[in-house]
Amino acid sequence: MIPAMRKSALVLLFFITGLLLILLTVIDASTRQSLAAESMNSRAMLVSELGLSDLALSTEARYTRHLTLADRHSAFQDHPTSFDHFPSGSIFLPPSQLTHD
Amino acid sequence: MIDFFRKQAYLIDFTLSSLLRRKGKNFGLLLVYTLIVFMLASVMLFTHSLRKEAGIILQQSPEIIVQRLVAGRHALIPSDYIEKMGRLRGVTSKKPRLWGYFYNPVVKANYTVMAPDHLELSTMEVIIGAGIARTIGLGIGDYFTLRAQNDTFSFEVKDILDKDSELVTTDLVLISQKAFRIITGIPEGQFTDIVLSVRNPREVRKVAEKLVQKLPDIRPVLREEILRTYDSIFSWRQGIVFVLLIGALLAFVIFAWDKASGLSAEEKREIGILKAVGWESGDILHMKFWEGVIISLSAFILGYLAAYLHVFYSSAVLFESVLKGWATLYPQFRLVPFIDGLQIATLFFFTIFPYVVATIIPIWKASVTDPDAIMR
Repeated sequence: MIPAMRKSALVLLFFITGLLLILLTVIDASTRQSLAAESMNSRAMLVSELGLSDLALSTEARYTRHLTLADRHSAFQDHPTSFDHFPSGSIFLPPSQLTHD
Repeated sequence: MIDFFRKQAYLIDFTLSSLLRRKGKNFGLLLVYTLIVFMLASVMLFTHSLRKEAGIILQQSPEIIVQRLVAGRHALIPSDYIEKMGRLRGVTSKKPRLWGYFYNPVVKANYTVMAPDHLELSTMEVIIGAGIARTIGLGIGDYFTLRAQNDTFSFEVKDILDKDSELVTTDLVLISQKAFRIITGIPEGQFTDIVLSVRNPREVRKVAEKLVQKLPDIRPVLREEILRTYDSIFSWRQGIVFVLLIGALLAFVIFAWDKASGLSAEEKREIGILKAVGWESGDILHMKFWEGVIISLSAFILGYLAAYLHVFYSSAVLFESVLKGWATLYPQFRLVPFIDGLQIATLFFFTIFPYVVATIIPIWKASVTDPDAIMR
């Protein structure tokens, strides 16, 4: 019969397993990076071929779909004091060229 | 040394028994604590990987995109602007582009319609992004409809863009230039913008300066600006990320405050009894140190692992509705995991250290008090 483990041993086992799993995420990340190198290259090729400038994360508004091409007045598209209609407008920062002089 | 470890093992045994006596409270605490770590770790992993991926793939975006602005808004650019730009040192090509947006009221989706000049498409053919094909349920050979001006146009789907590229192409509709002009009504000689290629990356800024001097109504968007925009995407300073962060931090402060502001009568009684049966203040502090470590380290391990699975194995499904907003098209993508060790170490430090300290201080106060006084 296997003797019952002490509670401290169980906790130690849990922590060691957890830390090993965290280490495994690092190994998993580096494996997936090398596996994805080819598909990332093909995405980059497509970006170059079509001249794309943005990620298609948010397609609801033109200034969040093409974040980098937004102008200073994009968010106030209806009149100068109108509020932003789209939820994604509150998530993304304006493009860097509008925030850096 | 062995004695020290044995003593710590007994202390941990005792701590666990003590924690299990208040199962409901401690499991509730662990759950909320894990959720806070999960949320913070998810945001960290998602934004870092997205930034990395954007940095790699957008490295191939155009060196300079020239837009024309009228009354502060992007306007069509006439083709004679290419001649007006003149000969610019270092510029190897100037290509006008046609692209725009289309809203489909039936599926409530926004498309980005592009008319690249190098694709061999007849006026009746389109290539669509995988997101559109999925949302409308189209396959190769099916008909894709665009309602524009006063007419409806049907195109045969010639191809569907690779699913792997959804992060950049989910809403794309590639169409011939002739068809684009017919459906949008943009006359010949007008374009959406102009893309410039520059041989030497160090000359890009100089070229942009010269362009603005020659044509004051244009705005050049540089590749380095595109990369910088995505490098600071989801910065902690703005919007929802800031609200999330503040919410999580406040929740954490409430935890710590609850712990630090006083012990429950039961905990005080326990300390009193332990002191009365001969425990030293140091032993009690050790015990409570282990209590803090067990709860916070467990929350960190569980929260971080759950966040990793959420972001990299379930396509960050919880962020989908936030990013999607009112839109119906959203890319299905699996981010390539990039882990920033420093970020994880910071998360580890800020989630474990304050909690352990907040647990120890009130215990130290109680453990140096007379046991008789505590028990009363």
